[in-house]
Amino acid sequence: MSIEQFKNRNISDDYYLVDIDDYPTTNLGKFTRVIKRTFKAELLVGLWVVMREMLKFNIHTVQYPKEKLPIGPRYRAVHEMKRLWESGTERCIGCGLCEKICISDCIRIDTRIDEESRKEVSEYSINLGRCIFCGYCAEVCPELAITHGGRYENASEQRAHFIMYDDMLTPMDMLKAGAQKEFEGFGAITPHEDESVKKTPLSY
Amino acid sequence: MGIDYIIATIIKIVIVMLVFSALAGFGTYFERKILAFMQRRLGPMSVGPYGILQIMADGIKLFTKEDIIPTSVVGKIFKIAPIITASTAFMAAATIPFWPDFTIFGYRVQPIITDSSVGLLYVIGVMAVGLFGVLLGGMASSNKYSLISAARSSAVFLSYEVITGLALLAPIMLVGSLSLVNFNAYQVGGISNWLVWKQPIAFILFWIAAFAETGRTPFHLIANDHEIIDGFGTEYSGMRWGLFFIGEYANMFFISFVIVLVFMGGFGDGSVLSALAFLGKVAFFFFFFLWTRAAWPDVRPDQLMWLCWKVLMPLAVINIVITGFVVMF
Repeated sequence: MSIEQFKNRNISDDYYLVDIDDYPTTNLGKFTRVIKRTFKAELLVGLWVVMREMLKFNIHTVQYPKEKLPIGPRYRAVHEMKRLWESGTERCIGCGLCEKICISDCIRIDTRIDEESRKEVSEYSINLGRCIFCGYCAEVCPELAITHGGRYENASEQRAHFIMYDDMLTPMDMLKAGAQKEFEGFGAITPHEDESVKKTPLSY
Repeated sequence: MGIDYIIATIIKIVIVMLVFSALAGFGTYFERKILAFMQRRLGPMSVGPYGILQIMADGIKLFTKEDIIPTSVVGKIFKIAPIITASTAFMAAATIPFWPDFTIFGYRVQPIITDSSVGLLYVIGVMAVGLFGVLLGGMASSNKYSLISAARSSAVFLSYEVITGLALLAPIMLVGSLSLVNFNAYQVGGISNWLVWKQPIAFILFWIAAFAETGRTPFHLIANDHEIIDGFGTEYSGMRWGLFFIGEYANMFFISFVIVLVFMGGFGDGSVLSALAFLGKVAFFFFFFLWTRAAWPDVRPDQLMWLCWKVLMPLAVINIVITGFVVMF
C-alpha cells in the first residue's frame, strides 16, 4: 500500500453534500414546501428499501444456541489446565505463582512431597465466581500449564460447579487424539486478521 | 324469518368469530416474520418448523397467565375495557360480505351475517365505539402513561372519524346505497369499473384514516412503545391484554375488507377466481399495514392533528363538493 491510499480517508469517493433548503418563512413558502414534499413520494423510497431487503433475503441472524460465532484466540474465558504431550501428566509444577499474582484471590493451590520426594499438586481450585478473567495467571505461568480457553457459557445450577479442576484439565482421550490446543501466548493475533483490516473513516 | 335463517346466522357468526380469532393469531406471526425479513432477521424460529407454532406458544402463555388486577385501578371498568375493544371489532364484521354467494347442499348461502341497508354506516360506527375500550382502559388503569394514551386515542379517533366519514361520503353519493353488497354490485365488470378510479382522493384519504383507526405505525402513538410504554395496555396482562391485541388485529383485517369492498372492486361478479382475487387484495392491504411498520417513522401527535384538520379534512370536503357537482350535472 502506498502512502496516498492512507492519506485519502474517504471510505468511498462518491460523497456529496446534501442540498438543504432554508426554512420557509412566508405562508406561501410553507405551503409550497408541503405540496413539494407530498408529491415527491419519499415515503415510497422507504417502502422500496425494506421491500428490497426482504426480497434479497440476506439474513444476518446467528441462531445462537445452534450456531456460534468463532472466537478469537486471545479471548479470556474459562481456564484450561494443560497436560504434557509425551507423558500425559499435568504440566503444573505447583510453583504457586498464579496463586500469588491472582488479584481477585480466587486461585487456591496446595502441594505436598510425595513418596519419591517430588513436589506434587494435591489441590488446585479456581473460584470462577470470583475470577475477573484478567489473564495474569496464564501470563505468569512458567510451564504454560494454565491458560484461557474459549468456553464462555458459564451457567450452572450450583456455585461448586465453578471450581471443578477436572473440568479444566485436558481429558486424556483428547490429548491422545492430539486435540489439546497450545496457548499461543499473549498478543497472538486472530487467524486471517490481516484480511479484515479496514481504513478508519475519518473524513466526517 | 324461519328457523333455518336463525340457525344459518348463528353458524355464520361462529365461523366468523373462529376464523378471525385464528387469523388475529396468524396476523401476529406474519407481522413478526415480515418485519424480521425486512430488517434482515429471521423472526420466530424455535417453536415448530420456521416458528409456525409460535402462535400456540403465545396462546398458551396468554391463557394461562395470572389475570392481575392492580389494587388502585377502577376494577369494573378495567375488566370490561378489553372486552369492548374485542367485541366491537368483531361486531363490525356483521355487515361485511366475505365471499360471493354460493350453494351448498342445495341451500343458498350468503356469506354475510346480515345485509343491512346501513351496512357501511354500521361498520364505521361500531369501529368508532372501539374507542371506548382504549379510552376506558387507559383512564381506569391509574397509570399516567395509560392516561396519556387514552387522551391521545380519543383525540386521534375522533379526528379521524371525520376523515373516514367524509372520505366515504363521496363514494356513497355515487353508489346511492350504504350496503356493501350494493357497493360490490356497482363495481362489477372489470378493473376499469372500480371506484378507486372515480374516487382516488377518497381512496387515499380513507386509507390514511384506516391507519389512524387501527393505530398502526405511522400513527402508532396510542400505544407508542418507546415513549409511553404500551399506552392503555401498560397495566394489562394475560388474556385481557390478549383481547386488546385480538381486537387490534381483527380491526386490521376488517378495515382491509372494507377498503377492498368499497374501492377495489370487492369480489366482482362472484366467480371463484374473482373471489380469490378478493382475498388476495385484502391480503395486500393487510400486508401493507406490516410493510409501513417496517419502513416509516411515527409522527408526533400534533403532526397527526395538523394532517387531519389542515390537510385531509379540506381535501375531503373539496372532494365531496366536486363529486356533488358531477353527480348533479
